[in-house]
Amino acid sequence: MLYREAGQFKTTYAADQQLFPIRQDRIGVITLLLVAFLGVPLFASEYWFSAILIPFLIFALAALGLNVLTGYAGQLSLGSAAFMAVGAYAAYNFQLRIEGIPILVSFALAGLTAAGVGILFGLPSLRIKGFYLAVATLAAQFFIVWCLTKFPWLSNNSSSGVISTQKLIIFGHELTTPVEKYLLVLSIVVVMALAAKNMVRSSTGRAWMAVRDMDVAASVIGIKLMPTKLLAFAVSSFYCGVAGALYAFCYLGSVEPDGFSLEMSFKILFMIIIGGVGSIMGSFLGAAFILLLPIFLDVALPFLAGLFGLPFSSATVSHIQITVFGALIMFFLIVEPHGLARLWQIAKEKLRLWPFPH
Amino acid sequence: MLSSAAMAAEEQFFPLIDYRVGPYGSNGQAFYGGFIDYLNYVNLKEKGVNGVQMTYEECETEYNNAKGVECYERLKSKAAKSAGPLHTMSTGISYALIDKSAQDKLPLAMMGYGRTDAVDGSVFPYAFPLVTTYQMQASAIVKFIKDKNGGNLAGKKIVYLYHDSAYGKEAIIALEAEASLNKFTLVQIPVAHPGNEQGAQWLKIRQEKPDFVIFWGWGVMNQTALKAAQKVAFPRDKMIGSWWTGSEEDVVPAGDAAKGYMAATWNVSGKQVPVIADIENVVYGAGKGNLQDKTKIGTILYNRGVSAAVLSVEAIRKGQEKYGKGKALTGEQTRWALENLNITDARLKALGATDLLPEIKTSCDNHEGSGKVKIQQWDGAKWVPVSGWIEGNKALIHPLFQASAKQYAKEKGITPRDCSKEK
Repeated sequence: MLYREAGQFKTTYAADQQLFPIRQDRIGVITLLLVAFLGVPLFASEYWFSAILIPFLIFALAALGLNVLTGYAGQLSLGSAAFMAVGAYAAYNFQLRIEGIPILVSFALAGLTAAGVGILFGLPSLRIKGFYLAVATLAAQFFIVWCLTKFPWLSNNSSSGVISTQKLIIFGHELTTPVEKYLLVLSIVVVMALAAKNMVRSSTGRAWMAVRDMDVAASVIGIKLMPTKLLAFAVSSFYCGVAGALYAFCYLGSVEPDGFSLEMSFKILFMIIIGGVGSIMGSFLGAAFILLLPIFLDVALPFLAGLFGLPFSSATVSHIQITVFGALIMFFLIVEPHGLARLWQIAKEKLRLWPFPH
Repeated sequence: MLSSAAMAAEEQFFPLIDYRVGPYGSNGQAFYGGFIDYLNYVNLKEKGVNGVQMTYEECETEYNNAKGVECYERLKSKAAKSAGPLHTMSTGISYALIDKSAQDKLPLAMMGYGRTDAVDGSVFPYAFPLVTTYQMQASAIVKFIKDKNGGNLAGKKIVYLYHDSAYGKEAIIALEAEASLNKFTLVQIPVAHPGNEQGAQWLKIRQEKPDFVIFWGWGVMNQTALKAAQKVAFPRDKMIGSWWTGSEEDVVPAGDAAKGYMAATWNVSGKQVPVIADIENVVYGAGKGNLQDKTKIGTILYNRGVSAAVLSVEAIRKGQEKYGKGKALTGEQTRWALENLNITDARLKALGATDLLPEIKTSCDNHEGSGKVKIQQWDGAKWVPVSGWIEGNKALIHPLFQASAKQYAKEKGITPRDCSKEK
């Protein structure tokens, strides 16, 4: 009843081509954005901004990047964290070495640098597929971290290899509070997510999906494999690179190469598997699940323990949290192997018929 | 408002951003166990500091930077009213918190680790690399070797075998300065994390035939190095490690290979230290001990946790002298106290904490306060101190910190405080 597109006629090309063709979706997205931009800053506390919302948005962006590559173009990658590292260090170096460069420009350049590195490590994808490609991207993971440790120039000869990010100044205004940083991250993530949503339904996105489904067939119908695959690597790394720059500048404030470990790459991969491979929304759902659930359990478990009078130490809570988290991942993968985004899709289909299912 | 606050017993809150699980969990268990035991000891023994009870809340980081930041944000609001120094026991987390903690006016203690140029308090008012830093420690180790060699190192060769990370690289700058000053050859050999394979590195050491190996290991790398040294027959008593390589957890798994190995430390192990024995009586006697595994009492890391707590509680005492006895201190007040610490040997003796800490006197331009370490040797069953307190070459090392802090201030646009105006 509520979610039914009956009666929505498209009379112009523009109406037919818009990003969200269904009116209810448009209203939903606009409401969500209003809440995120206006509602959240009114009510959320500093803890929510710095410890939950900012990392959630940044990881959602990184997961989005990986989803472009793995979900849409079908190229498995284990190097997402390394591309984030490239972005973080590149943004730092642009800020450091080019006098007066605006921060947003250095973020964009950081993305482009990561894209360049991504293309380089995407080259093997022209010859190898699947798990073998995953191993090749694993090389990126180790090589980039090694490289950032090895060449002190990249960290401005910091004796420890740790970089401390510069101030965030936009149009002469310095962003210091978590709310301002949140709004900056949110704006960048919204723009890039909508751009990704648009890209995957364009001819580029269709070419990616064709390659994913069967690359021989795709090349037979005239899709050039090399540019298509490399573009997927470039776009994906661009997103990861920007996410890395935001991670360094808006979240932690100081990063070291070892922080961008294989574990982080896996985390991003799990986000898209849980959230939904080949879905923009899935990247957000997955990031929320992987990042927020442990924190929620961390807070809820001692409370529950207190309720039942159990003597939990913080170590026990940590152990239980890991166990419950693992069990939940298995539960979701068994119940819905296509991820949380698929659950949402099913819900939408049900809503179409509701309240009179037949 | 005022009356209700005055009626409730004053409490001094310690936000504990700690770790007890994960790869380094066993280190954290001993350290934070000692820390919490001492807080409880103060509560039980003397009813808190001038009647102010010590309270704490733990948050588990698993030695993960992002989790550390989350924990910090979580505990921050509770620390708004009163806060003792934060001890994260992690260089990475400390780095991530340096700016935030200064903004939120919470003092960050980094005993023997962390952003070492924070020794220069004019740029880092809220960060305290107390007792010693990697650089001063490396310098002290060089001094120890020099004394062993009759006061001359010219023409000698020293290998620096280190964990290839922020932690391992910190000391290089100090060793290079020492090498040019004392005219010895320094050979740097990195070991990739986690360091459980060091065949190639030790082959190189055998070729180089160094007179000494200075060793900056971490976790599983430590026992591996000791076993590898045994394999290439490099004498263990020519190997001197940093304080992260000198706990029971590091040498016991290496078994026989660890015998004779030396490491720097700023606290002795064992229960012969009066305060440790007393903690066991008072706290564990009352059934309020924090450790599940009581055998850890008296180990190096447990005693180090106690030493960190002694220092923190002494800071609270100092702060109360200025801001009012019987009142809890805010983070800002604790910061002042940490900057004006003066813990003498007499005071340590009165606390029963002789040899748990060197004497400490901090100031605005010296947040380290001591720079002294002891060298201890593993005799196969326990750590035995083989030197008195050795101070690193301050005149050589501290200018390095100041230069680095100055660069940081420039990058971040911080105007350093004028230390001569601080009281």
